[in-house]
Amino acid sequence: MSEEKTGAAADFAEGLRGGIPIALGYLSVSFAYGIMAQTGGLDLFSTVLISMTNLTSAGQLAGTQLIFDAASYMEIAVTTFVINLRYMLMSLSLSQRVDEKMTLWQRLLVSFGITDEIFAVSYQRKRPPNAIYMFGLILLPYIGWALGTFLGSAAGYIMPERVRSALGIAIYGMFVAIVVPVCKRDKACLFVAVLAGAVSCCLKYIPLFSATPQGWAIIICAVSASVIGALLFPIDDKEGEGER
Amino acid sequence: MNRYVFTAIAVMAVVTYLIRMLPLTLMRRKIKSVFLRSVLAYVPYAVLTAMTVPFILYSTASPISAALGLAAALVLSLREQSLITVALGASAVVFLAEFFV
Repeated sequence: MSEEKTGAAADFAEGLRGGIPIALGYLSVSFAYGIMAQTGGLDLFSTVLISMTNLTSAGQLAGTQLIFDAASYMEIAVTTFVINLRYMLMSLSLSQRVDEKMTLWQRLLVSFGITDEIFAVSYQRKRPPNAIYMFGLILLPYIGWALGTFLGSAAGYIMPERVRSALGIAIYGMFVAIVVPVCKRDKACLFVAVLAGAVSCCLKYIPLFSATPQGWAIIICAVSASVIGALLFPIDDKEGEGER
Repeated sequence: MNRYVFTAIAVMAVVTYLIRMLPLTLMRRKIKSVFLRSVLAYVPYAVLTAMTVPFILYSTASPISAALGLAAALVLSLREQSLITVALGASAVVFLAEFFV
């Protein structure tokens, strides 16, 4: 009994630690979002409500701009769907990875917190992520996201510009820290990452493609690079067979 | 907050939640296809790289400071430093670099 308790506490603490850099990154991104929403005329309550119910940068930014334009609900729904479609891939990936004992209620709660960063950190955990670990991992980024939005919307420029600029790279630094060590060991993963980066650059810099909405661009990069990677370097792990 | 804004926020929240929730709750069995399993294993690295490249260069006040921050992140992550060390190391380099660029 007490051992189980220690295990849960350790899992939760491990989650919390993983969430610190994410929360720091979110604080500055959501701060910028808060300023943007406030400048556009959205009240403090609505802005914080969006952050607390959506927990997504690109998706809620686009949604907020559509609210400014008084867009139809359908347009808001479709845009949100396209930009956030990548979460479906992540949720699907995670469904293959999480502790199989995770209950329906735990899954319903954990799903709410699937963001790019939370997904990435949970995915690189050596043991399958369980519910307690996921709750710990989601907690601080969620608070950071809501708090940053509140500060950005309420107080305007609290952080000096230099600090904001420097923290702007924090999230990307984390992405690098997740991808690079795996690529160092695994050439197939390196191939997939280089391919995804190349496709991403093409979509951004080639004029014909540069109008691709961000949501679609990420999906195109992820699917093309992963499919080609899977065709060239299939991963034939025994894990799946044992757990059938 | 008026009715339109509230409904719009509800639409955004529900769509976003359903996208995240359905696969994790409905896919309770392991996928057997080696191909699909491989695709899903590669997805996170593809997504993260696609979000980082080339956008990391525009994440700070200037592409030069961002490039220096990226270099710092690469060096630190090749040495397998923790996520927070890499993130704050890159931020520190950007912060210092922007006194000069």
